[in-house]
Amino acid sequence: MAKRIDVTGLTAYYGTHKAIDDISMHVEPKSVTAFIGPSGCGKSTFLRTLNRMHEVTPGGRVEGRVMLDNEDLYGPGVDPVQVRRTVGMVFQRPNPFPTMSIYENVIAGPRLNGSYKKSELDDIVERNLRGANLWNEVKDRLHKPGAGLSGGQQQRLCIARATAVEPEVLLMDEPCSALDPISTLAIEDLIAQLKSRFTIVIVTHNMQQAARVSERTAFFNLEAVGRPGKLIEIDDTDRIFSNPSEQATEDYISGRFG
Amino acid sequence: MSEIVKDKRGRAPAPTPTSGAAGAGPDGGGPAGTGPVPAGPSTLRRPRLPRWAPAGVALGSVAVGVLVGLLGGLESRVQWGLIAALVFVVATFVLTSAVEGRRQAVDRLAASLVWSSFVVAVLPLASLIWETVARGIPGVSWYFLTHSMNGVLSWQEGGGIYHAILGTLQQVLLASVIAIPIGLLTAVYLVEYGRGRLAKAITFFVDVMTGIPSIVAGLFVLSLWIMMLGFGYSGFAGALALAILMMPIVVRSTEEMLKLVPNELREAALALGVPKWRVILKVVLPTAIGGITTGVMLALARIAGETAPIILLVFGSNVINANPFEGAQSSLPLFVYEQWALGTQAAYDRAWAAALVLIVLIMILNLVARGIARWKAPKSGR
Repeated sequence: MAKRIDVTGLTAYYGTHKAIDDISMHVEPKSVTAFIGPSGCGKSTFLRTLNRMHEVTPGGRVEGRVMLDNEDLYGPGVDPVQVRRTVGMVFQRPNPFPTMSIYENVIAGPRLNGSYKKSELDDIVERNLRGANLWNEVKDRLHKPGAGLSGGQQQRLCIARATAVEPEVLLMDEPCSALDPISTLAIEDLIAQLKSRFTIVIVTHNMQQAARVSERTAFFNLEAVGRPGKLIEIDDTDRIFSNPSEQATEDYISGRFG
Repeated sequence: MSEIVKDKRGRAPAPTPTSGAAGAGPDGGGPAGTGPVPAGPSTLRRPRLPRWAPAGVALGSVAVGVLVGLLGGLESRVQWGLIAALVFVVATFVLTSAVEGRRQAVDRLAASLVWSSFVVAVLPLASLIWETVARGIPGVSWYFLTHSMNGVLSWQEGGGIYHAILGTLQQVLLASVIAIPIGLLTAVYLVEYGRGRLAKAITFFVDVMTGIPSIVAGLFVLSLWIMMLGFGYSGFAGALALAILMMPIVVRSTEEMLKLVPNELREAALALGVPKWRVILKVVLPTAIGGITTGVMLALARIAGETAPIILLVFGSNVINANPFEGAQSSLPLFVYEQWALGTQAAYDRAWAAALVLIVLIMILNLVARGIARWKAPKSGR
């Protein structure tokens, strides 16, 4: 469980527009890496290249290498579906499937992939809902619609749904930006627990959050609107927030951006 | 900024309601501040028409319409109605601009136009249903539903529409079996896979097909299936033409519904490592099933009432033919047309009764489909 990611010279396009340019970094296993940076700097795009969700967007295209341990995600013959089972994702807005109950939402991954035994389902649901700190709140209404939960509960349901596929890496694209502070705290606690099992990469606009949850932080920036986003630096979170090596990072963190 | 805050504090919520003057609207409260706000003449109150004014004006204009109609000796009730509607719109505008001012007058003018249009749209519908029910009910009986017209002469009472119901059901079912899968898959292609010129071309031709007159679809199948390929008249030939008419409606409505499914759901499923075809089958289609069902029902209702291709391809028959693939059949709209053409009172009665049965049949199909859609639709309750 939990793999290391090595990215080399990654460039991503939307059609002819270059969204991120020549990014190289590595992500440590069983740790939390946070991506920060201004809107439009390509954090989310970069995140989506890590489980081949970028190419789902019409015109999405990637150059470069993403090594998951020893396998290149963009190598020949690699099945994107298999990649996404290994690298799970949680989105900005909670998006439980509206036609399914809480129970069905959690088992959606295994069930839709056809890889499960009937006898295991109850166990999968309980284990992952407990893992997402949601079990006690929903155990009496597992067969009610998932859309009836509050926003924070829905997001934790989505995390349970993502972990139920048993991925090695969990990508989170601003998972708390649609949530109130209490739900945010719940998710942050959850992230702290999950990193013992998964490699976690989280995109956030909230610098305090990056400082609270992550071991390492990457700062992205773009020179101007319409120019591709770039990785400015990646380092231990403590260093990024106390003594960054780049002036741009210091400016952004201290609010002297732009 | 600080000014606004101060202002809000100055006007702290007043617990006691002001004693509103008679006729003041719910928004006609005066300054009720407990602070230093001086009591003065209200700047918020405006003269208002009483609540019952629109209803009163409507009643009055109907009266005027009737009066003008009677005095002017106008034969047509439609003219009475139009006069009443015109008077209603004009009177509302004039009255409101006199009492409430120009802005409210324009508002009420728009409202009165909406109401008049609503009545104009609903009246023919209600009247149609009333006519059909009133004239059709006497003819409907168990015997009528379970017997054919075999051996019944045009002027004779009795006979039945079993053969026509059977024909309609079989033809519509066959047409649905052909058109719904093709239509659904086409829509899925257009929304989930189609890119570029091919998809645009298909959308365009589907739009063109929506406008194909049913007789043209009938002629097409006649020339292809019966004349070129040499098959005989049959319910299936009719079903082919009905399928051609049904397909574009299914495609268009399904396409619109699939576009409404949020992209986030597709991405959520893809990110779980679900193959695309299963995402479409298990997430996208179930989410849109309610709207898709409605679209399919509209298409079904449309083809169930088609007569022209049935005349050309199914030919019509007075006897029960339970095999849609061999020999002439009948259908409800064709039966109505035939009976009307016979011109006897007994035949007229049968035509009305058959029309009623057709409407009820489509209504039942609709209700069943809506039930299924509701049962399967996305749930949001707690």
